[in-house]
Amino acid sequence: MRFFRYLRRNKRLAAGIAILTFLFLFATLGRLIAPPARAYPLAVPANKPPSLEYPFGTDSQGRDLLATIVMGTYLTVRIGVLAGIIGLAVGTFLGFTAAYYGGALDTIVRWAVDVLLTVPGLLVLVVIAALIQRTLNPTSLSLVLALLAWMGPTRTVRSQVLSLRERAFVRIAQLSGEGNLEIIFRELFPNLLPYLGASLVGSVTGAIFASLGLEQLGLGAMREPTLGMTIYWVQYYGAFIRGLWWWILEPVAVIVLIFMGLFFLSAGLDEFANPRVRRVA
Amino acid sequence: MRAAYLLKRFGLLLVVVWTAATLNFFLPRLTPRNPIRERIVQMAVSGGYLEQGIEQMVKAYEAKFGLDQPLWKQYFRYLGDMARLDLGYSLTAFPKTVMELIGEVVAWSIGIALATLLLSFSIGSLLGALIAWPKSPKFLQYLVAPLMAVSSVPAYIFGLVLIYFLAFRARLFPMSGGFTLGTVPDGSFAFYMDVLKHAILPAISVILVSLGGWALGMRGMMVTVEGEDYMILAEAKGLKSRRIFFRYAMRNALLPQITGLGLSLGYLVTGQILVESLFGFPGIGALLNRSIFVYDYNAVLGITFMLILSIGVVTLILDLIYPLLDPRIRTGRKVR
Repeated sequence: MRFFRYLRRNKRLAAGIAILTFLFLFATLGRLIAPPARAYPLAVPANKPPSLEYPFGTDSQGRDLLATIVMGTYLTVRIGVLAGIIGLAVGTFLGFTAAYYGGALDTIVRWAVDVLLTVPGLLVLVVIAALIQRTLNPTSLSLVLALLAWMGPTRTVRSQVLSLRERAFVRIAQLSGEGNLEIIFRELFPNLLPYLGASLVGSVTGAIFASLGLEQLGLGAMREPTLGMTIYWVQYYGAFIRGLWWWILEPVAVIVLIFMGLFFLSAGLDEFANPRVRRVA
Repeated sequence: MRAAYLLKRFGLLLVVVWTAATLNFFLPRLTPRNPIRERIVQMAVSGGYLEQGIEQMVKAYEAKFGLDQPLWKQYFRYLGDMARLDLGYSLTAFPKTVMELIGEVVAWSIGIALATLLLSFSIGSLLGALIAWPKSPKFLQYLVAPLMAVSSVPAYIFGLVLIYFLAFRARLFPMSGGFTLGTVPDGSFAFYMDVLKHAILPAISVILVSLGGWALGMRGMMVTVEGEDYMILAEAKGLKSRRIFFRYAMRNALLPQITGLGLSLGYLVTGQILVESLFGFPGIGALLNRSIFVYDYNAVLGITFMLILSIGVVTLILDLIYPLLDPRIRTGRKVR
């Protein structure tokens, strides 16, 4: 109940949660109406505009677009969440150890993060994905994306741990004889949770962004109906020239919703994490 | 202090470029594929299959290309090639080197990038300054959330919408390409108008998503500047508020935006690559897209390397000229 009362004050968080819940329901309940099997080529008659039978229409390869977009939302979000979670886990580990133990390890981690953050991630991903182009599937794609999803979380966690480490309560814990692991898990970790949440949303957004970019360049799972591949086929089959508006606008609308939802969620989490900067950032 | 900063900054660029070159060298070698064997087998299949001798041929060609040398020798030779910007040949447009391919299209990309950057920077900064200005209309406040939300969506997604409504439906702009097929790039006024018409939609999609970043950065800086003493003095002197806005507030708030440019450069470039490939605009993005499509792996490696190198160099230049533009920032001061 208190949560809902808080949501009334934090409108952005509420908007983010509402949009993402809607997408979740769409991706789960949608399967009941549109069986996933229809999201693959030659399942239904091609190029049909929206009708009672096919509410979202069908594409040139004979996919039911309702099924395709339901599956696409699920697959694309799964790619992003998987890559984001791996990135967050690696980043939290590196950030913690680098900040807590310092020394040479910290220097190496800091340089690696600085260097990799200067390189535009998508370009590195293009090189890697082009190598394994023929064997890409949603899972391997998200593993590739995870390779560059850890720098952001590492940087956030490192700087937060550095500032937390100096606080009085950590000193007291040290004086009262808590070990390193105890301090990390009982003192530091709980204080980091809001930042970890915001970091996770950030890396999920980045991973989805990159996955769509790679797929648009033709570096995706060719056989799977992800949202990015749907956009790729839209271009490949010249949906524009043929005026197949439903095929173009539906994936675009869902992609916009995903990004808006994630954006509002992260803005809301920011406000939750540091209420002092409320309305300024 | 100054020299140390320069050295460190230059070192970072070197490490970035070295990392990119090293990844480009080792990643392809991690796969079990052997391009020479694949090629020979392919030729053997098309000419009537002959099993014998293929191994010897593979060995012979590997010796010819220096692939039988130890890995570290190959690696240093590769680094040498990269240092001389020798990116090798394109696999699908053979007599051309990757550098020549890039040379053909780079002007298109730089042209549209400069135009969109200039426009989004000036419009976005002005908008941000107005949002933060207490005397501007209240409705501007409500622009903040939509601007931010829009900039969280990839640029080419807006490109898709723009193509559908403005190019396909309203037929106001061409749907793709850099100029009308059949026209001669003769440098005449009509040709440039044609190019401009083709560039408008890709440019708008990039501008639309980058406005928010500029506007928000500017708004933050303006709020800080508005609290300064010289602003109160300017007002007390009875200066016109237009003069205070432009000469006193905006001028001081504008400089840190250049730091923002350095930070967002990589993001801007990748965004533009995707937009170019969507619109078939004949720049680097479309070249990269085409190279991926025809499996021209050498071109893909070369293009990404050149992009990473040029982004690194431009960021370095921005970092170095920034203290010259703003005497308040001294590189010697320790900034955490």
